[in-house]
Amino acid sequence: MSSRERILGRVRRALADVPRGDGAPYERAVTRDYLREHGDRTPAQTLDLLAENLADYRAIVHRTDAGHLAEVVAGLLVSRGSSSVLVPPGLDESWLAGSDVRRVADRAESTPHELDRVDSVVTACAVAVAETGTIVLDGSPDQGRRRITLVPDHHICVVRAAQVVPSVPYALERLDPARPLTWISGPSATSDIELDRVEGVHGPRVLEVVLVG
Amino acid sequence: MSGTFVGMPAFPQAAREAVRDTTLRGNLRHATHTIRAKRAKAVAELSDWAQLREAGKRIKDHTLHHLDEYLVRLEESVTAAGGTVHWAADATEANRIVTALVKETGESEVVKVKSMATQEIELNEALEAAGIRAYETDLAELIVQLGKDRPSHILVPAIHRNRGEIRDIFAREMSGWGRPAPEGLTDTPAELAEAARLHLREKFLRAKVGISGANFMVAETGTLVVVESEGNGRMCLTLPETLISVVGIEKIVPTWQDLEVFLQTLPRSSTAERMNPYTSTWTGTTDADGPRAFHLVLLDNGRTDTLADEVGRQALRCIRCSACLNVCPVYERAGGHAYGSVYPGPIGAILSPQLRGTASEIDASLPYASSLCGACYEVCPVAIDIPEVLVHLRERVVEGGQAVRDGNKVVLQPVKGHAAERAAMRAARWAFSHPGALRTGQRLASRTRRLHPRTLPGPGRAWSGTRDLPAVPAEPFRDWWQRTHGRGGSAAVSTTTGAGTPAKDKAEDKDGDR
Ligand code: SF4
Repeated sequence: MSSRERILGRVRRALADVPRGDGAPYERAVTRDYLREHGDRTPAQTLDLLAENLADYRAIVHRTDAGHLAEVVAGLLVSRGSSSVLVPPGLDESWLAGSDVRRVADRAESTPHELDRVDSVVTACAVAVAETGTIVLDGSPDQGRRRITLVPDHHICVVRAAQVVPSVPYALERLDPARPLTWISGPSATSDIELDRVEGVHGPRVLEVVLVG
Repeated sequence: MSGTFVGMPAFPQAAREAVRDTTLRGNLRHATHTIRAKRAKAVAELSDWAQLREAGKRIKDHTLHHLDEYLVRLEESVTAAGGTVHWAADATEANRIVTALVKETGESEVVKVKSMATQEIELNEALEAAGIRAYETDLAELIVQLGKDRPSHILVPAIHRNRGEIRDIFAREMSGWGRPAPEGLTDTPAELAEAARLHLREKFLRAKVGISGANFMVAETGTLVVVESEGNGRMCLTLPETLISVVGIEKIVPTWQDLEVFLQTLPRSSTAERMNPYTSTWTGTTDADGPRAFHLVLLDNGRTDTLADEVGRQALRCIRCSACLNVCPVYERAGGHAYGSVYPGPIGAILSPQLRGTASEIDASLPYASSLCGACYEVCPVAIDIPEVLVHLRERVVEGGQAVRDGNKVVLQPVKGHAAERAAMRAARWAFSHPGALRTGQRLASRTRRLHPRTLPGPGRAWSGTRDLPAVPAEPFRDWWQRTHGRGGSAAVSTTTGAGTPAKDKAEDKDGDR
């Protein structure tokens, strides 16, 4: 007998006391009387909350409008002293129009060592969650492969107001589980040494979020 | 489970030794109290915590009650997404599967993201025996691995080490594993973290095989989820060409939507954060983004035996948040190692004896590693009634009875020579010599009883059942003990609490100490 059959057989025997095949749909087995959103906010307040919670988890938050975005992004690259920036294939070109920093394309064949030599990365996001201060990347063309936001030490993420949702339930609803997702709430951190928080053991040590709108 | 920690003494003895270790106790006290306070605040932010907890409990119970169906569905969706599913009945089989998969890649080293399942099966040791080196990449796990040590907490596995010890371990051991520690390394956390970053980066960037666990598996979509803080998880899940995930069969949730419950309760219960810094999900493989091959090893290793126990199966709801450790007065003093398993604290006290059986002395004594104060139940985000399971297991240790081992029905004999009674006595005596722990426990116990009238009569009933006593009404364990073991028991109490001060009085002025 295969282990598959053995394990499934054990499960079935273990559940001999549980009435089977009652046909009750899963939706009725679970109570979902928890809240969809905690609190009552206008869209503007939701944006404020996102900014607040991101900052609370030590992301650096910048707020601007579409007209000034390129300027802000260019400024961030300069103040960081970056000489190269990773650019996902579908990134809106106008976002980087204000900067002459050397562009590095996100290529499938680039090795982790090559990525490690790039200073910064600029991406869009799929969704941002206000209540938790989270941005979610789903690997779409304007966000690029998962690895490009992981290896460089400086990540600039542009969030547009329309992408901001209040809470986790709303975020899951908008996301496609078939895509690889990365949820980011602040920069990489550890509290493993005497519970002292230290930023950046493995992921980017600096996360800058540019909120547009 | 593949046995206890080597040469592990029974809980009371190990606990007594741990209590003498002042560094350990200081660290643990600091850690548990800090996390506990932060957690309470994070939970209070969500007004619907009780509803989320109930939903989490029901999702998990429903899944466990239909586990065969969901396992099959998960297998289908993972396969459809380009992954390969393997089934492992026990630790030996899981290790054999993983070793063979690594060998097929032709590699002799792998990077690992912290995973309790792979610790449980002692995968690193099995890989080493096959000539494969496994690098732990979580900072705490790195400290544990370099220190040739065992983890002592689910969330902060190296909590028993302080910064000076960590510095010494890094300076001494890193060179034997790869990039040495920088010259003149000091013991500031930032410098230590930087040393770890450099040491591990070298490994991540060349890694061809990654090994992980998972916090959740979604049957509907075949999605796996890893929740973490440091980014080492993202590294292991993204950079290697081959990814192997070893996951307990109980980690399934039916639908994508179910994650909305656990992604709210897990981070807050665990690290007291609104959301942990990183959560990664992946569904099979994705073209040119991440690993080209994905293998999922579904691990039984005692889980179906646990499932067969109508009272004990609720332990399989556990999402490993570690909240129960941080509120447990016994864990706070005894430390993680005393539990003799990768699962320490209250959850370890009920999970290990079920996964491994109660044949060994340590496993027979674990159900006694508790004052039954109920604090663990109160904080548990999936409402596992740990005290209820503890009492159930005590009953089984003392009385024997029906159980399932390796899929077969067995009749357990009572543990011989009243070893269990002795273990209970010693554990209780130990608790009494640490009155602070006990008081904390009692306060919480009475609160829990008010909130959940159903809980404590359970233990009382079962205790009376195994002790041939008249039915015991809900009452603090300590009062019960004094009443029923009055002779020796009360003497021990009065000498250690200071001239027999009534416990209740003292409990009141300890209010702020919880
Ligand atoms: S038993 Fe509950 S509180 Fe303890 S680790 Fe598991 S889920 Fe968390």
